[in-house]
Amino acid sequence: MTAAPVQDGPPTGAAEPLLKVEGLRVSYLVDGAAREAVHGVSFEINAGEVVAIVGESGSGKTTTAHAIINLLPGNARTESGSVVFAGADLSRLTRKEWQGVRGKDIGLIPQDPTASLDPLQKVGPQVAEALTIHRLQPKKAARRDAVRLLAESGIHDAESRARQYPHQFSGGMRQRVLIATALAARPRLVIADEPTSALDVTVQRQILDNIAALTAERGTAVLLITHDLGVAADRADRIIVMRRGEIVEQGPAPEVLGSPRHAYTRQLIAAAPGLSPKRLRPVVAAVAGPATGAPAGSGPAARPLVEAQNLRKVFHLPRTANGPRTLTAVNDVSLEILRGETLALVGESGSGKSTVARLLLRLDKPTGGSVTFDGEDLTAARGERLRQLRRRFQVVFQSPYASLDPRFTVADSVAEPLRAFGEGTPSERRARVAALLDAVHLPADYGRRHPAELSGGQRQRVAIARALALRPELVVLDEAVSALDVSVQAQILALLAELQAQDGLSYLFISHDLAVVQQISDRVAVMRGGELLEAGATESVLERPEHGYTQELISAVPGRRKLQV
Amino acid sequence: MIRYVGRRLLQGAFVLWAAYTVSFLILYLLPGDAVSIMASGDEQNAVDPALVAKLRSEYGLDRPLHEQYVIALFKALQLDFGVSIKNGVAATQAVGEVLPETIKLAAAGFALAVLLGSALAIAASFSRNRWVRQLVAALPPLGIAVPTFWIGLLLLQFFSFRLRLFPALGNDGAQSLVLPALTLAIPTSAVIAQLLTRSLHQTLGEPYIEQIRAKGASDALIHFGHALRNAAIPTLTMLGILVGNLLAGAVVSETVFSRTGIGRLTVTAVNSRDIPVVQTLVVLAAAIFVITSLVVDLIYPLVDPRINTAARATA
Repeated sequence: MTAAPVQDGPPTGAAEPLLKVEGLRVSYLVDGAAREAVHGVSFEINAGEVVAIVGESGSGKTTTAHAIINLLPGNARTESGSVVFAGADLSRLTRKEWQGVRGKDIGLIPQDPTASLDPLQKVGPQVAEALTIHRLQPKKAARRDAVRLLAESGIHDAESRARQYPHQFSGGMRQRVLIATALAARPRLVIADEPTSALDVTVQRQILDNIAALTAERGTAVLLITHDLGVAADRADRIIVMRRGEIVEQGPAPEVLGSPRHAYTRQLIAAAPGLSPKRLRPVVAAVAGPATGAPAGSGPAARPLVEAQNLRKVFHLPRTANGPRTLTAVNDVSLEILRGETLALVGESGSGKSTVARLLLRLDKPTGGSVTFDGEDLTAARGERLRQLRRRFQVVFQSPYASLDPRFTVADSVAEPLRAFGEGTPSERRARVAALLDAVHLPADYGRRHPAELSGGQRQRVAIARALALRPELVVLDEAVSALDVSVQAQILALLAELQAQDGLSYLFISHDLAVVQQISDRVAVMRGGELLEAGATESVLERPEHGYTQELISAVPGRRKLQV
Repeated sequence: MIRYVGRRLLQGAFVLWAAYTVSFLILYLLPGDAVSIMASGDEQNAVDPALVAKLRSEYGLDRPLHEQYVIALFKALQLDFGVSIKNGVAATQAVGEVLPETIKLAAAGFALAVLLGSALAIAASFSRNRWVRQLVAALPPLGIAVPTFWIGLLLLQFFSFRLRLFPALGNDGAQSLVLPALTLAIPTSAVIAQLLTRSLHQTLGEPYIEQIRAKGASDALIHFGHALRNAAIPTLTMLGILVGNLLAGAVVSETVFSRTGIGRLTVTAVNSRDIPVVQTLVVLAAAIFVITSLVVDLIYPLVDPRINTAARATA
């Protein structure tokens, strides 16, 4: 290891990279034993360059980024290696000296904008703080600059928005605030750690555009950390692919994407829905064979499994000085789901798509309109009648972390619906659970584990197994793959397609991501502001969108610009 | 907003009524009334039974329960809790005379507790030495576990009798306030320190703290500019209970240091079944509790902009 001498002067010749990471090793102290998470990573970033580190969770990409800016969590330690920034060896800096580097020379755009602003402080002062900490501006001038920076980040009416609190901003707007903060002191390098993974696709594109425009204008280098190769393909000059703490491949973006040398890179390209659009199963023409347990006399006439007519849901908000307020979350939505088909409901957060799902599942009562399930009026059903209907439709939610009881074993969770409906003897239930775990490709011994011992993808498999326990006819997948890494997402989608083909399930697939939707759904319905904008066969909607908003959604799919469908 | 406060005041009035009624019933059910206790003062000069009966009817103690209650409640509404059986002054006056002393003691104790508690919590979070951190973190449980009267006796022994720094008893000026206030502050500060340490630890793990660190902020700015305010919110919720603790502590502290005040008055009033005084004290304690929680609810939105009191009122 050769550590470069500390230099205080201006950066040397143009050939010198802005950031040089060499042989970086980071380990975490887990249960008293050091476990290495990053095994000797080396790469460079030139001034003004955009470099993306791509990898799944656990690949060490975020750890690498945090090691560069010396913000590793308390149980992590840089074991060896050097980080040289503008000719100065950062590994030799004292605590105090680091405070002068962070924010001033290297900025950080965080992963979760909703949790990354002090909830008790107005937004303007939080941006201004990045200037006052480094004494770049006196307090008053910094406040004025903060307003300008917010406006540059695309916040309208920045003057008055600066006086608002973070909770008055949407997730995308908060990320704009954080971008303004990270770039305030004009750092030469900005680390963007999964800056959009918590945001809707359309917002994601705006945010990435914003970062690109602002950094290009200032000549700021960007280290973009992402799990989505599609995002990297759109944005980066060079791509570094990481896996299990090692760099498996790095090079100019077109090269890595066009002729990947490593098998893992090829796998990532295949998993990115925008980069390699393909259908996971053939389109269902009309009605597949009757689902298990369906009455034989229902006839071939294609009666939809679910039919919703003129659904309307109005929520009452806390009253203000101006009297009571209401919010119309769903307005005049009619749709139907056929047996064996997948209907995708697409829209951003707040579009009302999840409320529609809750109405179809009868978790909420509609303010107006009706829902029929296999000919039975769901809105009128109650008591035991409703309970018996409920077993025929199940749901898988977005967060695999929140939807499993942490104190239940996997087997307990999967068996719970069986117990609730008094299905079978205990030994029959055990057999059913084993079969279900097998169906979602989890090893049988996972039944004894607790959710904390599983990865996000494995948890979602458990949630799917639980939803299938009662052999439902309809499964509502509410953003069921949105929280997962792209490669895990691809596996879960393949599993869903497989299960659907096996059991003739109907899916209501709720998503904000059109790239995923085109892989799995037969028909698409697009929602915005509580209304249904358009609906139709997936192919025709995606290829000939009627509504401008649908076009916008399509162009927001990451990776789409480089590789045309 | 006005509707909200109005509704809360109504709730408060209900709490006061309930406190009054429950204490009335409990005192009624206790064996022996004030007059019989007075009469049984000492064996030698036994009191004339006729006089006892006369006193009973004078205080209305010979009437049926519901009559006694209705009369007492009606008077209580006019802030008349009756006349102290012990020394014949109005109960409200007996309480009012000593109230300022206890307010002084409680205020000093509370200020000390907040100071001590916050200092401990900050020290525990600031120190980079693990050993120091653990030592500081071990102090609050100790402070909670040790009985208040024992702390008082230790302070008395050391500072009054050994060092002769402060007077051992009485209500003479600021000097005499130091030790009782400290006795009162130690257990309360331990509670504050424990709550604040935990909440500070949690706050410092929040993503926004990392983001502030990424701006280049020093530990001092992170603590005093951001983390403390956020961490104080859960502690604020406990303020009502802390004030209750202070009242309970005042009883012990005033007894140990022989200070006049609400605490000592409570003890003597209960011992001598001085029902009017006890009732006044119970209603006073309930009123303090009601007011504290109302104040906490009203200052919440000032500390935490996410909370809208008016919106919460209808929720």
